[in-house]
Amino acid sequence: MGSLTLSSPSGLSSPPKPAHHVRVGAGAGFAGDRLDPAISLAEHGRLDFLVFELLGERTVAAAQRRERETAHTGFDPTLVERIRSVAVHCAANGTRIVTNGGAANPRAAAHAVAEAVRELDVDLPVAYVIGDDVLSIVSDEDPLTWETGQPASTADGELISANAYLGAEPIRRALDSGARIVITGRVADPSLYVGALAHSFDWDHSDADLIGRATVIGHLLECAGQVTGGYFADPVTKPVAGLARLGFPFADVDANAQAVLSKLEGSGGEVTTRTCTEQLLYEVSDPSAYITPDVIADFSHVRFEEADVDRVRVSGGTGTPRPSTLKVTLGYDSGWQGEGQLSYSGLRSKERAELAAAIVVQRLDELYDVDPESVFVEYIGMAAAFRGLVAVDDPAEVRLRIVGSAATRQVASIIGDEVEALYTNGPAGGGGARKSVHSVVSVKSCSVDRTIIEEAVSVEFVDDSANAPANNDPADENTAARRRGDPA
Amino acid sequence: MTQIDELASVRTGDKGDTLILAVIAHDQAAFELLDQELSVERVAAHFGLNARAVTRSELPTLHSFSFELSGLLGGGVTGSPNLDGHGKTMSYHLLTLEI
Repeated sequence: MGSLTLSSPSGLSSPPKPAHHVRVGAGAGFAGDRLDPAISLAEHGRLDFLVFELLGERTVAAAQRRERETAHTGFDPTLVERIRSVAVHCAANGTRIVTNGGAANPRAAAHAVAEAVRELDVDLPVAYVIGDDVLSIVSDEDPLTWETGQPASTADGELISANAYLGAEPIRRALDSGARIVITGRVADPSLYVGALAHSFDWDHSDADLIGRATVIGHLLECAGQVTGGYFADPVTKPVAGLARLGFPFADVDANAQAVLSKLEGSGGEVTTRTCTEQLLYEVSDPSAYITPDVIADFSHVRFEEADVDRVRVSGGTGTPRPSTLKVTLGYDSGWQGEGQLSYSGLRSKERAELAAAIVVQRLDELYDVDPESVFVEYIGMAAAFRGLVAVDDPAEVRLRIVGSAATRQVASIIGDEVEALYTNGPAGGGGARKSVHSVVSVKSCSVDRTIIEEAVSVEFVDDSANAPANNDPADENTAARRRGDPA
Repeated sequence: MTQIDELASVRTGDKGDTLILAVIAHDQAAFELLDQELSVERVAAHFGLNARAVTRSELPTLHSFSFELSGLLGGGVTGSPNLDGHGKTMSYHLLTLEI
């Protein structure tokens, strides 16, 4: 077994930050992201800010469910370890941390992080943002969901969470007040970066073109490795070197939100106009109207220019004023899902897998009264992920996957049990059975008037003594510089 | 006939049950060809959808297009039992479309 202690590879470096610029780096692009690229950036990146984006659309609803089952557990389970692994470097290099890893309980997350930081004997005041949890507001207002056009309360399943996408302003306020680590719940991903930049340059949040440009930068960085060659590479058409040590991106940003995107010298991956273009358009339905809580950003005139190897200049973003409502993600308890998998290889793989599926579906119907229409069958190895769009007639191997939903864990677990039982009761040569059961949180969306939500948003510090009038703290050079109107 | 794979790269994103395909042409000539040939109707047919479920945005500055395929993911990552609920793999389905 290898060591569990992560370290940076040798030979990493970054150029000095240009004068009057702020350097923001991506520490994570999703909850399951790698840990070591953030350590490398914290150690060698000369960063002003390191941002950990850890919340998917569904993650926050799942975290709310966890919090309901066990109090104080509703924050990202990797958060404390991520911050512990970079905190000493961040303290030494003057790097501040912004993260939405507070998920369903930013307050508990902040206390856990503060304790970890204290144990490391570094001084990094921790602030947290609350107010994205709007379950009581949604319960009162009962808004119509985007998906059904019906009131939120009438959807299937119990409504267990409602989290509003907050914007950059509370993050900026926390940093203005002297926080070195800012922990939020649901905040729009690009806003994590916009908040840090708005603090550094004392931006006017109503300047839509400026905030639109900053949102372009945030959107490019928010998925971390997806702009340095991850989710991009193809060994034939788009080969990328060094994916095993993929470097995460950072941007050098000026007061006008012009930026150069880059990564550590010596790290894997690449930053090119092509990686940037792919990420700019990622998950963007209308590039001329990318809606965040901060702005309606227009990406349609963005330009990329390769300034040097792995250095791409970004310009041309614009924006129009932010919307009057905020998007809210609603989480519903949708019971349990059970599944089982089994492989068939060689002659008549497909026919044997189909027979196996028919046996399980019949037994679920006859013995357990499970509607055959509700049982979902995939034949992995026959372009299953393309959902029937491509026919595969004679596969070398098929992995049968059967999925079913149920109100209780006990009933859901029968699905996997029935697939496993095919070992001795089903077609010849079935191997490698696996089964699993998990709870399901389904999500819908709605809009809520932002003024109702924003009245309840607040920034708090873990230790009030850390929240001395930090705006006047001469030791905080960045804040002092900001008050002079200079970039940090 | 030319496969999209020879003209462009494709990245998949998702929002709820909508699949979003970013198509980045290799160069100006490929962009112009795709602008003519990679119609909403063609993409819809390739994904088994009605053309009304598909919209296309053009970004000439970046030689790119964004296609929105609503309803394709049938419930999205949480409401669908599919192994790839996000539809991440779907970019490689578009790459095989021939024009």
